[in-house]
Amino acid sequence: MEIRTVFHKKLREIQDDVLAMGSMVEKATSYSIEALKERDLDKAHEIIANDLQINKKRFNIEEKCVQLIATQQPMASDLRAIICVLNIITEIERIGDHAEGIAKIVIMIGDEPPLKPLIDIPRMAEKVNDMLHRSLDALINRDADVAKQIVSEDDEVDNLYDQVFRELLVFMAEDPKTITRATRLIWVAHNLERSADRVTNICERIVYLVTGKMEELGASKY
Amino acid sequence: MKMNTVLSNNNKVISQSKTKLRTEAVSLYYGSFQALRNISLEIPDRAITAIIGPSGCGKSSFLRLFNRMNDLIAGARVEGGVELDGIPIYDKTIDVVELRKRVGMVFQKPNPFPMSVFENIAFGPRRHGKNNVGELTDIVERSLHQAALWDEVEDKLGQSALALSGGQQQRLCIARVLAVEPEVILMDEPCSALDPVATLKIEDLMRSLAENYTIVIVTHNMQQAARVSDMSAFLMMEEDRAGVLVEYGPTSELFTNPKDKRTEDYITGRFG
Repeated sequence: MEIRTVFHKKLREIQDDVLAMGSMVEKATSYSIEALKERDLDKAHEIIANDLQINKKRFNIEEKCVQLIATQQPMASDLRAIICVLNIITEIERIGDHAEGIAKIVIMIGDEPPLKPLIDIPRMAEKVNDMLHRSLDALINRDADVAKQIVSEDDEVDNLYDQVFRELLVFMAEDPKTITRATRLIWVAHNLERSADRVTNICERIVYLVTGKMEELGASKY
Repeated sequence: MKMNTVLSNNNKVISQSKTKLRTEAVSLYYGSFQALRNISLEIPDRAITAIIGPSGCGKSSFLRLFNRMNDLIAGARVEGGVELDGIPIYDKTIDVVELRKRVGMVFQKPNPFPMSVFENIAFGPRRHGKNNVGELTDIVERSLHQAALWDEVEDKLGQSALALSGGQQQRLCIARVLAVEPEVILMDEPCSALDPVATLKIEDLMRSLAENYTIVIVTHNMQQAARVSDMSAFLMMEEDRAGVLVEYGPTSELFTNPKDKRTEDYITGRFG
């Protein structure tokens, strides 16, 4: 006879909510890059509006966690799971804010002609989404090894960021008229770089959930 | 106090649930001593309502109003209304035996009769006129299944119920209540004599029973009330030691954001 069925059912529901929130944010990130590529201001406005839904979802999950702590008195790994979720949703929400930040940059860029075809920035976004998606799988599977592996992949995003930065620096050095446009693209890349760092924070929380140890798993270059 | 919520602690939609039990300005006296003062609340059908409060605040007295167990105490007197499905249960026309069949009770200490597991469960139905062995066997099996005890006792039906563990005895007592097909189950500190694992088993059992029964539980264990109930009522004593209702609401709200400072002080351990 399994005991504490109510608690475990509610914890599963909360985890499902975290996954749903994760996919809202993944969508926001990929839409923001599409909006940038396509100069799609409507899409950019849509991302900004949707960020409110993401924030609402975070409050909703937080409230459920508080209720579960207050009413079910979780202990040990059950307690860590809720603490972990509370931290993770903050990070996911911030990743959503970075996507919103990119959407705002898209609006600032408006209909200025593109500086260059975008290659590395979309790659950064894809990598961020891949890391976020797998980190939430690791949460569900209680897989600390996968979480640690994802942290090590942050270097790929950092390297792409370096590459974008160097390339745009060359544009600016050669033609000062490109400075405004290039700087805005650097801001976009910076948002993505920060998103990847947030994923590493999520992974640290998953390792805590599984092992009970709080540890810094590799400082980001930035 | 009325129910005004949408979703309870355990995701039950309480506002759509009908009222099973209701007290209207009820006061209870033991002789000249007033034990409860002016308590009005509505208890929803097919949900768990917990009564919490400091020792001596009248929780058990309040619970015993619903099956008129206080009638057994000399000098006990009830003022105000107590209703089951809208029918006043303190009316002179009420058959108390029939009332107690509809409103069963589980006590603090498991109290199996000194007879076999089977006979413990069959006792109530027999008293209510069921003597067919086949029918009784069905009732015993169904009740034990409902009380999540069948798997542990199916080969011990002929053995003395006193040989079961404390947790098993308490589930047997719940099965015994279920055997007479009640609508309401009153539980007075049902886990206070049990170890933590047996306690959690009873709590899980309560959750599954709440699908079909109205459960009212008195507990001095606030954490238990928080874990298991949909609605919570907080009672406390006034200066003359009469119990009053301080706050009543969805458990998830009462334990995270109580409206009354006295509730907050009690659940955070500042008094009581």
